[in-house]
Amino acid sequence: MGDRGISRMRLSGFLRKEVRQILRDPSSILLGIVMPVVLLFLFGYGVSLDPQAVPVALVVEDRGPPARDLAARFALSRYFTPVPAPTMAQAEAWVRKGRIDGVVRIRWGFSAEVLAERRATVQLVLNGVDANRARLIQNYVRGVVATWEEMRRVQGRESPRARVAVDHRIWFNDAGDSRHFLVPGLLTLIMTLIGTLLTALVIAREWERGTMEAILATPLRTDELLLGKVIPYFGLGMTGMALSVVLGVTLFDVPLRGSLLLLVALSALFLLAALGLGLMISAFTRVQFVAAQISVVAGFLPAFFLSGLLFDLQSTPPFIRAVSHLVPARYFVTISQTLFLAGNVWDVLLPSAGTLAVMAVVFLGLARRRLAKRVPPP
Amino acid sequence: MKALRRILTLVVKEFVVVMRDPKSRFVVIAPPIIQFFVFGYAATFDLTDVRYAVLDASRTPASRSLLARFEGSPHFQQVGELRSEAEARRAIDRQEVRLVLHVPSDFGEDLLAGRPGRLQVLLDGRNSNVAAIAMGYVDGIVQAYNAALPPPPGEGLPYPAIQLAERAWFNENLESRWTIVSSLGGIISMVVVVILASLSVAREREFGTFDQLLVSPFRPWEILIGKSLPSLAFGLLDALLLSAGAVLWFGVPFRGSIPALLAALSAFVIAIVGIGLFISAISTTLQQALLGAFIFVMPAVILSGFTTPIQNMPEWLQTLTLANPMRHVISALRQIFLVGADTAAVWPQLWPLVVIAGLTLPGAAWMFRHRTT
Repeated sequence: MGDRGISRMRLSGFLRKEVRQILRDPSSILLGIVMPVVLLFLFGYGVSLDPQAVPVALVVEDRGPPARDLAARFALSRYFTPVPAPTMAQAEAWVRKGRIDGVVRIRWGFSAEVLAERRATVQLVLNGVDANRARLIQNYVRGVVATWEEMRRVQGRESPRARVAVDHRIWFNDAGDSRHFLVPGLLTLIMTLIGTLLTALVIAREWERGTMEAILATPLRTDELLLGKVIPYFGLGMTGMALSVVLGVTLFDVPLRGSLLLLVALSALFLLAALGLGLMISAFTRVQFVAAQISVVAGFLPAFFLSGLLFDLQSTPPFIRAVSHLVPARYFVTISQTLFLAGNVWDVLLPSAGTLAVMAVVFLGLARRRLAKRVPPP
Repeated sequence: MKALRRILTLVVKEFVVVMRDPKSRFVVIAPPIIQFFVFGYAATFDLTDVRYAVLDASRTPASRSLLARFEGSPHFQQVGELRSEAEARRAIDRQEVRLVLHVPSDFGEDLLAGRPGRLQVLLDGRNSNVAAIAMGYVDGIVQAYNAALPPPPGEGLPYPAIQLAERAWFNENLESRWTIVSSLGGIISMVVVVILASLSVAREREFGTFDQLLVSPFRPWEILIGKSLPSLAFGLLDALLLSAGAVLWFGVPFRGSIPALLAALSAFVIAIVGIGLFISAISTTLQQALLGAFIFVMPAVILSGFTTPIQNMPEWLQTLTLANPMRHVISALRQIFLVGADTAAVWPQLWPLVVIAGLTLPGAAWMFRHRTT
């Protein structure tokens, strides 16, 4: 047996076995094709950081026109659903029960202060259990009050004064819709699931069932074994990916400002890195339970927490930031958010793509080396 | 008495299966602890050192004193000065900065003339949540600057004319770490428990030993107890350990009662064991069980209110999340840690967990016998 190359016949035979194994077990089809669609659908609707129609209690103790006018601004805002509360004590009880997220209290004497051009105070109590939500609500309340003040000034009912006004412009996402950055991030999560999780089991399963030793006894080469494991799952992952992109763009109106071709190419690169990680875990652990646990710890959870998908990595301690550089998902989140929202920014895409390529080579290489060792000593 | 001894032997066997293999032993102990620290530090919505660049076209004392306030803030970190809007565009495109503070050339004149001076803030919207929070910080700094401006001669009106007296309850400094870490124990223990429980029956199915168990004198409910206890013990241990860690390491306050914590975590872990065993009972292979576990875990984590609030979801999805045990335990844990709830106060979260456990555990026991390979 002098040939060291890849034999098409051996490879196609092995591929046929792998594909049939996938097709026979509904669970992997379910995970590869049905899950991405269901998950994207659920997450697209379910994952949003934008508070809307926030229930806040309004305690209007003052009956003057300015007080009523300000209270009316809250009803007009699309961010709030004001609930009139008779007393502050009642409103506070609602906050404690979690029925409302905050209380806006316009005290007695407010109108008199405003009309006398003295500083008037509006009290705001927030339910801080969900800190991020509370912070955003706080910004909204400030916005409502500032708009009201601005309006009075324009109408000449309040004297003008030199001060700094802030104009905000959010590039790439004018409306500040969190879904626009979360859907590209969710693609990463879905592909990690298929790439790392599904493949983490495939070699471990062969070891656990004892079929690996049978495969090793055949003339199948290590490269062919690896290719046979990679190709079917690569196809499955790319199909899931394509479905998710179509759904994201059509159902959730996420813009795709970069090139589609580039998205496909870089997704393929990320999928290879994710597959490589899965196969490496599988080749090293050889037990499905352990492989599953490790792929969650090394694949899914970091893709969620350490990828910048949701949380800002720059605000984490240096140690965590260092760890995040080892997570393939981090680079793909950058790539997909940039491609979807900003466009073909080569200065961002190239370094990330390069890192993913290196990771794919390293992971697949390590998996191959481990496989080449053949039967372990007892 | 005999039944008790039978169950005991089964429980011992189940523990041995997990603890015998050094790799298995490692993965039930080490990852929860690693995850706790990594996610405890990583999962925060609060921003520090937001990188920004300055485009000061005004170059007046007023613009410099405004920009100096940003340099002094712990939330911001200046990385450079820009000369044109094109440079600003490029810096944001390349993610070199999160935001650019642009002071237009007529800023100084406007202020001197008593008109509002405009500060333009350009933000990278690729993560719009970070942009929104950073915007809030910018507004805060500018407000403080405005308040310090001298009032124009002859007019007494202070700025701002309306002052917001803001106070946050339960989390006074609005630290998002408190929100996340208080419920981290629930998430992490769930992953361990679902995987352990979903494997327990499927492993025996795959190796053919489950049929032997079924023909042995064990009753289905005895098998159920035997299979539940190890996952239950590991899950509860993890959850309690991590709850203690939240208080001792991350400094999250614990204002509620310990019985409430025990009740919430026990009800939750039992419900999760029920789901895990049910997945296990309907699977015929290990792979199916593991994939089933993930198909459950992914939506359960993401649609739980752990990172993104339930209230932001559409109505139909909010109703659907009532079936998610994760949602109830996260809500209960936050109530207990931050608000100071006792057992009675978390009852609205407790009973759904009990109902879920009451449906899934008998369901799993029934499936043991009725699903044959």
